Amino acid sequence: MSEQDFRDIDWQSMPDERGHFGPYGGRFVSETLMAALDELRDAYDRLKDDAAFQAEFDHDLAHYVGRPSPVYHAERWSRELGGAQIFLKREDLNHTGAHKVNNTVGQALLARRMGKRRIIAETGAGQHGVATATIAARLGLECVVYMGAEDIERQAPNVYRMKLLGAEVVPVTSGSRTLKDALNEAMRDWVTNVDDTFYIIGTVAGPHPYPAMVRDFQSVIGREARAQMLEMTGRLPDALIACVGGGSNAIGLFHPFLPDTGVKLYGVEAAGYGLETGRHAAPLCAGRPGVLHGNRTYLMESADGQIIETHSVSAGLDYPGVGPEHAWLKDIGRAEYVAVTDEEAMAAFHALTRIEGIIPALESSHALAWAMKLAPELPSDAQLLVNLSGRGDKDINTVARLEGIQL
Amino acid sequence: MSRIAARFEALRAQGRKALVPYITAGDPAPEHTVPLMHAMVEAGADIIELGVPFSDPMADGPVIQEACERALEHHVSLSEVLDMVHAFRRHDADTPVVLMGYLNPIEVMGYERFAREAADAGVDGVLTVDLPPEEGGEVLPLFIGHGLDPIFLLAPTSTGDRVKQICESARGFVYYVSLKGVTGSSALDLASVERKLAEIRRHARTPVGVGFGISDAERAAAVARLADAVVVGSALIRRIAAHVTEPEVFTREIVELLQSMRQAMDAEQGKDS
Repeated sequence: MSEQDFRDIDWQSMPDERGHFGPYGGRFVSETLMAALDELRDAYDRLKDDAAFQAEFDHDLAHYVGRPSPVYHAERWSRELGGAQIFLKREDLNHTGAHKVNNTVGQALLARRMGKRRIIAETGAGQHGVATATIAARLGLECVVYMGAEDIERQAPNVYRMKLLGAEVVPVTSGSRTLKDALNEAMRDWVTNVDDTFYIIGTVAGPHPYPAMVRDFQSVIGREARAQMLEMTGRLPDALIACVGGGSNAIGLFHPFLPDTGVKLYGVEAAGYGLETGRHAAPLCAGRPGVLHGNRTYLMESADGQIIETHSVSAGLDYPGVGPEHAWLKDIGRAEYVAVTDEEAMAAFHALTRIEGIIPALESSHALAWAMKLAPELPSDAQLLVNLSGRGDKDINTVARLEGIQL
Repeated sequence: MSRIAARFEALRAQGRKALVPYITAGDPAPEHTVPLMHAMVEAGADIIELGVPFSDPMADGPVIQEACERALEHHVSLSEVLDMVHAFRRHDADTPVVLMGYLNPIEVMGYERFAREAADAGVDGVLTVDLPPEEGGEVLPLFIGHGLDPIFLLAPTSTGDRVKQICESARGFVYYVSLKGVTGSSALDLASVERKLAEIRRHARTPVGVGFGISDAERAAAVARLADAVVVGSALIRRIAAHVTEPEVFTREIVELLQSMRQAMDAEQGKDS
């Protein structure tokens, strides 16, 4: 599609009323959940334009999360790379250390308005679980977090953090014992306790209205960044770069820039050991469309439609699906999806830590790795804005282990 | 008339209710499925629900999830499941077979190809747990065009509008999920089932089956008083799980459980007449 064709798209009108982004999205769940999804959609439709609700949300983002998060010009790193200027949107400075909290604050306020006293969530790396447990503690809501048994071992500090916050962490031992299985288990809990329970999905996937609702809560990232870049540099950046697992930090950054068709959008997936090895978590780059977890989107699947195990050094990207809006943006060509390997992400992790004094999350290191590739090819007046979606303190055990260091 | 409709009509003429066992195809290994289907028919099954294994069975409890995992260790694909139905049909031309599973394996095979090959294999109905009627715009006419009955779930949470809409789209029978929960739960509440069935019957043009939480003869008979069909799944799979390496043992236990359900259901109907 050309830039001219994009002008005809009303970006704000997506998804359609039944949650479709072109052929993607929708609502593929068992009958028991349909009424709960209708109830959620109706409540959200009512509150998203409600001034009092928005004021409450904005207030919490400012005073509890610490927004706006700054945009930082990584001058030294840009100079070393010898090309484009790299700017970082500092979501790592949010309370709980990642962008995830923007969404949990929004959904928990919604849960309270709907009179639900019990919150459930799935988590992979533990960031969404921590962000959910945090807001549940603050609002005095019961909180149960489902987490793959494998991830519980990889992310012990976050498990303890959730428990300190008063959440119950339930290990999931079915399937591949990772994020996708935690999502299955959370859905099963919701089917069973649908009357009093609110399911806070952590990414822009799942059945309608989740992809649109989570996007809306995360879009504060892009709205702030757009204004900040205009103020700092007097113009919009040439390209945005964000990592994509489920894709919530990426869509949060991208969405307010969709009509700015001169701004290129790069979503960076996890190539794991390399796309050619098959051991990766890059459905947009190397998967194909299918139906999982309530929506149609690109998936990692076998020839006969079974979901296959993914691999990434970063637990937060280790997911076989991706948000349906990304699937659509890929197909129409508005965003470009690329992938970087574990090794490239690790190199970027070290570079930012040593050169700028910022320890990035391994998830965000994938976006940084793409910036490292892109920047040297561009002139020094080009501008790249990278979403630094989370901080890397949670990952230091993983990094040390990979490098054979005993802490 | 479809095999499913014919079966319900014959049962109605006899004053009996349908016993519908569910097993996952390929559990615990592919060679056991067809013999088990025949054994279940022998034990009194009227319709067979054959599960298509899926890696992420979100609406099922741990019992069926593990059945899927056992089948997938043998890489049982949707094509292989159709081959099993084909093999079953060589010796049983009458017992309806309903495939139950999730959408993705069908989407990957292609809807047109699936509908054609399923009909050729002798499948009578398809229950796709994660395909509500509103997402079935292109798919359902293909199923119907090939003579496959799309079977839909109704739940305790289904609103009046949805009950009406789903009953209107339903073919073969509608399947009422007796409780809020996943398969293999134990919280069957007969009074609430009775209330909801009364509502469903006002709209249903097909027989109404009930499943989820039916694990023994007593519950099967109690549900048979209310519904046209009684679906039993996890209770059978538990027998397989307990004896995965002893097919003669799990087959015997499944046959005994189905026979006891059959007797109790028929005795219950006998009381009324």
